[in-house]
Amino acid sequence: MKPYHANDQDGYANDVNWQQIRADFPILQRQIHGKPLTYLDSAASAQKPQMVIDAISDAYSQHYANVHRGIHRLSEEATDKYELCRTKLAQFINAPSAHEVVLTAGATVSLNIIAQSYGGMVLKQGDEVLISIADHHANIVPWQMICQQKGAILRAAPVEPDGHVDMNKVADMVSHKTKIIAMPHVSNVLGTVYDIKALSELAHAHDAVMVADGCQGAVHMPVDVQALGCDFYVFSAHKLYGPSGIGMMWGRHDLLASMPPFMGGGAMIDRVTIEASTYADPPERFEAGTPPIAEALGFAAAIDYVEAIGMDHIRDHEHDLITYAHQKLSAIDGVRLIGTAGAKSGVISFVMDCAHPHDISTIVDRAGIAIRAGHHCAQPLHDFLDLPATARASVGIYNSRQDFDVLAEALEKVKVIFA
Amino acid sequence: MGLADAAQDIVDEFDFLDDWEERYQHLIGMGRALAPLDTSIMTDANRLRGCQSVVHFKADYSDGLMHYQAGSDAAIVQGLIALLMRVYSGQRPDDILAFQPQFLQQIGLDEHLSPTRKNGLASMITAIMAEAKARTAI
Repeated sequence: MKPYHANDQDGYANDVNWQQIRADFPILQRQIHGKPLTYLDSAASAQKPQMVIDAISDAYSQHYANVHRGIHRLSEEATDKYELCRTKLAQFINAPSAHEVVLTAGATVSLNIIAQSYGGMVLKQGDEVLISIADHHANIVPWQMICQQKGAILRAAPVEPDGHVDMNKVADMVSHKTKIIAMPHVSNVLGTVYDIKALSELAHAHDAVMVADGCQGAVHMPVDVQALGCDFYVFSAHKLYGPSGIGMMWGRHDLLASMPPFMGGGAMIDRVTIEASTYADPPERFEAGTPPIAEALGFAAAIDYVEAIGMDHIRDHEHDLITYAHQKLSAIDGVRLIGTAGAKSGVISFVMDCAHPHDISTIVDRAGIAIRAGHHCAQPLHDFLDLPATARASVGIYNSRQDFDVLAEALEKVKVIFA
Repeated sequence: MGLADAAQDIVDEFDFLDDWEERYQHLIGMGRALAPLDTSIMTDANRLRGCQSVVHFKADYSDGLMHYQAGSDAAIVQGLIALLMRVYSGQRPDDILAFQPQFLQQIGLDEHLSPTRKNGLASMITAIMAEAKARTAI
């Protein structure tokens, strides 16, 4: 690992070389429309450091065979490395055991497993699942599907106009009918940080379970699932500088052990006959078929990478960027920020008087800036805010204040063009 | 005026413009000059899929000619619509089907054509063609 900290040796490491970190990402050297790339779309997917790219390449060139199967050296090597990803993930989120970490194809699959397998097991006619109006479609549609199958009711807790969550209003929507609360750790549009600890206590007081969609959480701050007190926590590797096609689902062991499998196939069984099968224990029970092997090795490298920097340093760096972005963008006449809650992380969404988000994105693209425009897979939130779309800039470890200077300048140009 | 001539007119206009900024400004200006859509057309049934912005589209057929109407809430998309209306609306279905929209390439806006760009230009051309084809089948 590279020494990212100036004074690691005395255990007081707060002087991170962020420019060196930026240089670790080869794609950031690219030019777009003849301009240096300013990548402000990490909330959609983050770029990959050389270390992750090397790990994937190394997986295929040195350590590749199917896992959990072969009694031969390469298969054992691949299995060890695949399992090491699970161990690293458990440490990364402070899970009590690596057996509670299921490797999936991504957070969307993780949420579908929880909805179909856990939801399918506990939900009865008239029961309720409580989500947030600010949820990503991946934490809405799977619940809608299982509620329709079971005759259960899906309810959505509101957010306030500035994006903060009034916990009293959430509590008012929870009753003995509530079996599952599923909410984002961080809203992908508003940036609002949800109080998962308080939500978990609320859920448990009503014998419900708490599912946290950590896609925008685990990438921006240290996560300790035991301290948060939730029952499930999920996120995808690709937003954490890792490969696409892999993610994780952490679940409390007693819950995982009680759940039926979501998909059938190889590797998830104990004994199969034509009449019936018995299933492997978790986590294998939820990992049918050949898993994303090289991706797991890349995922492990991504965890190593961010841990070498330190999630607390990443949180502080990105908080500084979001604060700066707020100042910079709110100073532009005609720009309105969407989501200004006190506890906020990772993204800054906005609209402009003079131009549709689609127009904004098209024009800033000419300046080499990648931002997202649209509904960001959160249509109910946009309906709720009465906005057809928003523009969103999001930060990663490689961003700097200068990136927002470039964005602010490009937004001034947007004003000129659409004047 | 035929499709090719209408397209050539557009190419000539854009030839006068030096950089991308002026091109976009011209495109936006064309969009603003386009008559706004009648609200009766702005229905869910007339909404085009595959666009990040809201695009409504309607085709009519009279006296052997296709008449198209469309509108978007995004200015650049509205400009792209204005371009297409100038070329395609008021033309015979057979001519529409035979025409290759190379003018978009010539004016440097072909990057908007990829179906993955989600701005609706590709879906709009598909819809224009499909409506024209439906009329030739009668």
